[in-house]
Amino acid sequence: MQLPPALHSRLAGGPGAAEPLPVERDPAAGAPPFRFAARRVRFPREHEFFEDGDVLRHLYLQDVLTQVTEAPERPRVPEFTCQVAGCCQVFDSLEDYEHHYHTLHRNVCSFCRRAFPSVHLLDVHILEWHDSLFQILSERQDMYQCLVEGCAEKFKTSKDRKDHLVRCHLYPADFRFDKPKKSRGPATPGAAVRASAEAPRDDGEQSGGDAMEVCSEHAASLPEPVGERRTSSHRIPSTICFGQGASRGFKSTKKKKGHQ
Amino acid sequence: MWSGRQGRLRPVGCVVEELRCRRREREAALRKARREQQLISKRLLRDDASEEAEGGCVAMILGETEIQHFLRLAQQGTEEKERERALVSLRRGLQHPETQQTFIWLEGSMRTLVGLLTSNQALLQLEAARCLHELSHSEQSAVAEACLPATSYLLTYLSGHSSDFIELCLYTLGNLIVESEAVRRQLLPQGIVPALAACIQSPHLTVLEALGYALSQLLQVKEAPEMIIPSVLGSTLPEHILRLLQPGPKLNLGVAVEFAWCLHYIICSQVDNTLLISHGGLSTLGLLLLDMAGAVQRTEDTGLELLACPVLRCLSNLLTEAAMEVVGGQNQLEDERVVAALFILLQFFLQKQPSLLPEGLWFLNNLTANSPSFCTSLLSMDLIEPLLQLLPVSNVVSILVLTVLCNVAEKGPAYCQRLWPGPLLSCLIGTLAFPDIEVVGQSLELLQLLFLYQPEAAKDFLQQSGLQVLERHQEEAQLQDRVHALQQTALHQ
Repeated sequence: MQLPPALHSRLAGGPGAAEPLPVERDPAAGAPPFRFAARRVRFPREHEFFEDGDVLRHLYLQDVLTQVTEAPERPRVPEFTCQVAGCCQVFDSLEDYEHHYHTLHRNVCSFCRRAFPSVHLLDVHILEWHDSLFQILSERQDMYQCLVEGCAEKFKTSKDRKDHLVRCHLYPADFRFDKPKKSRGPATPGAAVRASAEAPRDDGEQSGGDAMEVCSEHAASLPEPVGERRTSSHRIPSTICFGQGASRGFKSTKKKKGHQ
Repeated sequence: MWSGRQGRLRPVGCVVEELRCRRREREAALRKARREQQLISKRLLRDDASEEAEGGCVAMILGETEIQHFLRLAQQGTEEKERERALVSLRRGLQHPETQQTFIWLEGSMRTLVGLLTSNQALLQLEAARCLHELSHSEQSAVAEACLPATSYLLTYLSGHSSDFIELCLYTLGNLIVESEAVRRQLLPQGIVPALAACIQSPHLTVLEALGYALSQLLQVKEAPEMIIPSVLGSTLPEHILRLLQPGPKLNLGVAVEFAWCLHYIICSQVDNTLLISHGGLSTLGLLLLDMAGAVQRTEDTGLELLACPVLRCLSNLLTEAAMEVVGGQNQLEDERVVAALFILLQFFLQKQPSLLPEGLWFLNNLTANSPSFCTSLLSMDLIEPLLQLLPVSNVVSILVLTVLCNVAEKGPAYCQRLWPGPLLSCLIGTLAFPDIEVVGQSLELLQLLFLYQPEAAKDFLQQSGLQVLERHQEEAQLQDRVHALQQTALHQ
């Protein structure tokens, strides 16, 4: 298909519409037995017109036996240790460390050291477990918020909320991130040590203890008591960033030692 | 700018002929599936590179005892590396359908896996997620549906921060979504749409591509127009989708492809396209089209047709919206560079993917049907002849080309004067001889317009023995009235 050379320069030029030639229709145009009428056409979802393009799309999806990332992005680096106080995990790749950090250290409650998968769940936890004002208010109004993003419902009790989660949102009854508050209050270092000493469970049970507890192998090296942290920010600040857009990358472990 | 993930678009290390054969078979299967409205595909993320590094022996089928053994080790092993290795072995075994079946029927196995998924051991979590992912990819409903207990957690993790993990969760969800309506009846109340809307703000390209995939799966399902698209349109997703389709240095081909398909499924469902127009959808897509045409000129074989196809569909369908009738409105598509871009893409399709020519021509029809300006552009940019060069490609293409030419001709004498004298008439005499009735019919329509607005053309028609060609169709029921009328017109000149 030969395209006029000026076409490419037109594309590179500025926007503009052609000044239309005068339109002058004769009523005989498209009159019977003829039937042409200029009109825009719309095709709905399942129309067979889309068959070829859809097949192309699905071939693309199926052809993708991808590598999780391309090789250059996954270098093995010399072994290094997690720099968070009390954590002695060792890594040889940034991606593994990133996941470890986000799982264990990113959204951690500074009162009871429980780790949460997201900022949202951490905030809810702090509110419900460590905020005495919350307890008072919840006697008078519905304060227990639904955990599902986008649902604005609130409830009188933790149990009511759980019922809602199960009934309306089809959540499992034993959803791990909705544990009712234990009557003894925020976990003490002693409790965490106890968790690590517990015998391993059967296949039928959930694995090694409550997901929220500090990981058992680190229990022994738990640092200073919880009370000291109360005045400072509840969350560990995100001074460590990863991936695209990171202003401070994982440049040097030596630098971090100074900050601890 | 087109930082495409080229590795993704080409399977590694396959013999070319084998590839072609496999592709033909799969294409046939996909066509059949589509005609039965059962078009489902899943994506598999597998870290082949690291498996080779692990001294890749072929993954074995695992029996009940072995599965239990690995699960127990993963859950209760004393050494962390040991627990991890156990899960890796399980994951590799789960590449086999037999292992998958054994696994899902083993009591407590999914419960244990979910426990590992939600544990505080990061690497165990990741491996557990990979196991789930293998299961989600299964073609057997029972296997994929066995993953249902994990979905609330997969959704919860979407608002986390670990991009690799989120990516994995998204691909797994994307696979599960298309499995069955039962799965969606669980995922929707669990809040999948708000979860995706929150996650789309991630800066990570891998996460975005995975999200686009998951969303496109959700939008493609049968019940989407009633059950899913309204809430998607009511969320912040449309703005973000359009943002991710903006041309510029940040545009990523893999991400754009996924979201362009999302947009197509939304638009062709005709739920509320005015909303998308008001968000600037037309201008974004128009600019993207220009960008693609530029890229086609610069680079070879980047898989651009995968993006061009849904973009053209979106534009074509959006043009049919009533909102478009407002002349001179801000949301109009009036830039004639769009026509230039389209022709560059048509040429590209002709070389690389001729099956997409009809879609491009459909867009051209919608551009020119009610627009004297675009018809004038076709003439002033000398695009009639390139258009005529497409006539021999196929019947569908011929009909569309002739329709576009009719769009131009029906605007009156000023337009027909630019169509003849010229190569059009002899091409038309050629198409009159095509075996396809519809092609001939459309040729007759064009002839009528030409004779009406440019009577001189009729004389030329006679001189080129056009009458003899017309006579061939005198007995054809669907054509004879029009043939007769044209014979009369030509003879009376």
